[in-house]
Amino acid sequence: MSKEWPLWEVFVRSQHGLNHRHVGSLHAPDAEMALKNARDVYTRRNEGLSIWVVEARHITASSPSDKGPLYEPSESKVYRHPTFFDIPDEAGHM
Amino acid sequence: MTTQDALFEYLLRLGDNTLILGHRVSEWCGHAPVLEEDIALANTALDLIGQTQMWLGLAGEVEGKGRSADDLAMLRDVWDFRNVLLVEQPNGDFGQTILRQFLFDAFHFDLLTGLTKASDDRVASIAAKAVKEVTYHLDRSSETVIGLGDGTEESHTRMQAALDRLWPYVGELFAADEVDAAMQDAGIAPDLSELSSSYHTRMSAVLAEATLVAPEGGFAHSGGKTGFRHSEHLGHLLTQMQWLQRAYPGAQW
Repeated sequence: MSKEWPLWEVFVRSQHGLNHRHVGSLHAPDAEMALKNARDVYTRRNEGLSIWVVEARHITASSPSDKGPLYEPSESKVYRHPTFFDIPDEAGHM
Repeated sequence: MTTQDALFEYLLRLGDNTLILGHRVSEWCGHAPVLEEDIALANTALDLIGQTQMWLGLAGEVEGKGRSADDLAMLRDVWDFRNVLLVEQPNGDFGQTILRQFLFDAFHFDLLTGLTKASDDRVASIAAKAVKEVTYHLDRSSETVIGLGDGTEESHTRMQAALDRLWPYVGELFAADEVDAAMQDAGIAPDLSELSSSYHTRMSAVLAEATLVAPEGGFAHSGGKTGFRHSEHLGHLLTQMQWLQRAYPGAQW
């Protein structure tokens, strides 16, 4: 067994009702201590109302080398942006 | 002893406990085994120093001689301090620091909970603010004691050694004297014997989970909270903590 504590990714929801946002990572022996460490490391200045922690190994990330196949096909599809509708005057500013 | 004198003395005990423990814990800043613990310990130290400002501020007010919290913290000598011996004990290794923290937090939590019902509003409101911080301190220290006690062979050995060393300082926490009696009569302080039974219930549960065994026998050091005889360690701590105000009186940040 590794002697290092596993790495955890920390997500904090701020005061303003937004979604949880990734704020950084830390090491901790288990989920409970990860929450406590997150409280101590990332919410010292009154940043948070709610904390999520997830062990970094549980996150599946896309690979930068797959950039071409993953994202290029959407570059040429401007019709996917909802910019081709005439908004009736009565609808006002959207 | 008038109630006023007893209250001053009692507030010094509260403020000196948090001041001396806060300073001790702050000695870890930059030295803790991992970054996360370093920040957590520094947060705890800052909480305790913040509580000190409130307790010693009120002590100065009650004394009525114009002494501020800073005066009381920085310009008194060893024999004037009223903290329990437990909090002035050296940090030792990380395990010893955490065990000392747990032994104090468990007492501190029950004491502050009792003080939130104090007949003196000033005391009750400081306690209400502090108990929120201390709830977290206790949560964290008890979980860490369990993790390290029931951890590897080495961490278990170190935690048991820390408990053997520090347990004889627990008795003083609950040794009531005339100051405690006067404060209890005035409806300010909770009954220390009730606190003691709740403390030992909590100890049994946490120590059992941590696979640690408290030493047999009831021997208890004393002399800290009465100021009769501090351990040699307090003087050394004060030379570090107070040297700036002693060398440059009235110096400001």
